[in-house]
Amino acid sequence: MPILEGKGVTRHFGGLAAVSRVDFQVDQGEIVGLIGPNGAGKTTLFNLISGALVPKPGTITFKDKKINGLKPHRICRMGLARTFQAVKVFPNMPVFENVLLGSLFGSPTRMSSADAAAQAAETLEFVGLSAVGASPAKDLTLANQKRVEVASALATKPQLLLLDELMAGLNATEVAESMELVGRIHDRGITVFMIEHVMKAIMNVCDRIMVLHHGERIAEGTPQEIAASKTVIEVYLGE
Amino acid sequence: MKTARVGLRKWWVPGLLLLILVLLAGLPRFASLYNIVLVSSILMYIILTQSWVLFSGPTGYISLAPAAFFGVGIYTAALLGLKLPLPVFVVAGGLASFCVALVVGALTLRLRGIYFAIFTFGLVQLIKNLLVWYEFSLTGTRGRFVVLVANNTIYYAMLAVLVLLLITTYLIRRSRYGLALQSIGENEEAAAHTGVNVTMVKVLTFAISASFMGAAGAIMATRWTYVDPYMAFNPLRSFMPVLMAIFGGMGQFYGPVLGATVFAYLEETLLTKFPYHYMLLVGTILVITIVYLPGGLVGLLQKGRRAISRRGQNANT
Repeated sequence: MPILEGKGVTRHFGGLAAVSRVDFQVDQGEIVGLIGPNGAGKTTLFNLISGALVPKPGTITFKDKKINGLKPHRICRMGLARTFQAVKVFPNMPVFENVLLGSLFGSPTRMSSADAAAQAAETLEFVGLSAVGASPAKDLTLANQKRVEVASALATKPQLLLLDELMAGLNATEVAESMELVGRIHDRGITVFMIEHVMKAIMNVCDRIMVLHHGERIAEGTPQEIAASKTVIEVYLGE
Repeated sequence: MKTARVGLRKWWVPGLLLLILVLLAGLPRFASLYNIVLVSSILMYIILTQSWVLFSGPTGYISLAPAAFFGVGIYTAALLGLKLPLPVFVVAGGLASFCVALVVGALTLRLRGIYFAIFTFGLVQLIKNLLVWYEFSLTGTRGRFVVLVANNTIYYAMLAVLVLLLITTYLIRRSRYGLALQSIGENEEAAAHTGVNVTMVKVLTFAISASFMGAAGAIMATRWTYVDPYMAFNPLRSFMPVLMAIFGGMGQFYGPVLGATVFAYLEETLLTKFPYHYMLLVGTILVITIVYLPGGLVGLLQKGRRAISRRGQNANT
């Protein structure tokens, strides 16, 4: 059963078709990977889904409701959260407040302050950052700032989480920890749609992979199919 | 020992505030007329500065519109003052500014940085020139008379508006709404994606802050008895709140209040004592503040407190 569905999703920047007539589908409970060379339109597609941009033309439906044209905060409150490729935390606010914002404003139902604080504390515990809850987010390492971002997103109680290059810029140990975190997020019943360049991660974690190139969807399939696909290899390595 | 100190800390802030309030409330009983007028205008500057900081402090949107909202308040008083009692036209002045700010905010708060600052400043000029055109060509006058109100009444009205503003600021700061405001200043895009309705929070806060400026304008108009658009929309009143906030330091709750008080008092004294060199002196003080006190007066106080406590520790060891 699809939780997220896109039909003919298109977005031009001037004369450049950043995303062009892309159809996609993410089923409930899946982990879907989105890969493609730099400039393929992956982040633009995420921006279209999360409401930062509006598709022209095309429709995106989330839980059978049309979401294109809605403001980002509305989409977030419907249960669709995201993280950013370049970390976007609230640098001068304590880590705990970063996460608290998510539970206070992003959850589908309005929570009392006490409930929101409990939810934030629980989420911090889940990503393993309880010890640094009081430090300003800017003082953390990149890996931990990315965790803060994930925690803020999780605190909004999403059903679908978009992860934009969670593992970029991390060392091998941190990548392994991130993969484990994605697995645990999935175990909570959250559907994951992730952009990733770290092939080891994407091949191990994902149920299904979608490949974008020059704004168009060129392939889709299981990790084995994608790894064996001739078109994908051509796009990545050249002919 | 330690618990006693914590207990003391908990009580001395509200205690001090209450003491100041009582002193201010009793001021007209023993102060001269000159001092009452002086303190009234200091209170006005505190209102302008504190309400400016209410919006621009956490969000980082530098608004140069205070003069516009202040002027809207003045003209509300000029229009309604002859028929209605003071509390009514002060509230009306606040409401009028609130509405103007809602419209302007909805239109312009998508602009960021310098563009927003320039636009808000343009707003002051726009309203002023519209009014000049209206008065000249349609009513055939240049200025208007405003109802005369006793100096003590002006003083108490200012004080009431200020107390209301401080309570509002305090409540916003400690609520979830304050957290949302801060998150917008830190990273607006991330705030929107974490579920904060950024447009609503920005526009509403902009309007709340404007309503206090409007109320202050409506009160101040009664002191001038005659107003014209050039007086009412004096651009200096857009810059003063910014300067006073920087002078006081925006890091702390009391920074803008302190900055406005000292600066306004300084300005008045310099203006009366050194009328010819006044601007030169004000400029020098500002330059010194910005170069040597990036944290404003509050930063200086904190530095001093730290130095004292360090000396205390050294003496103990």
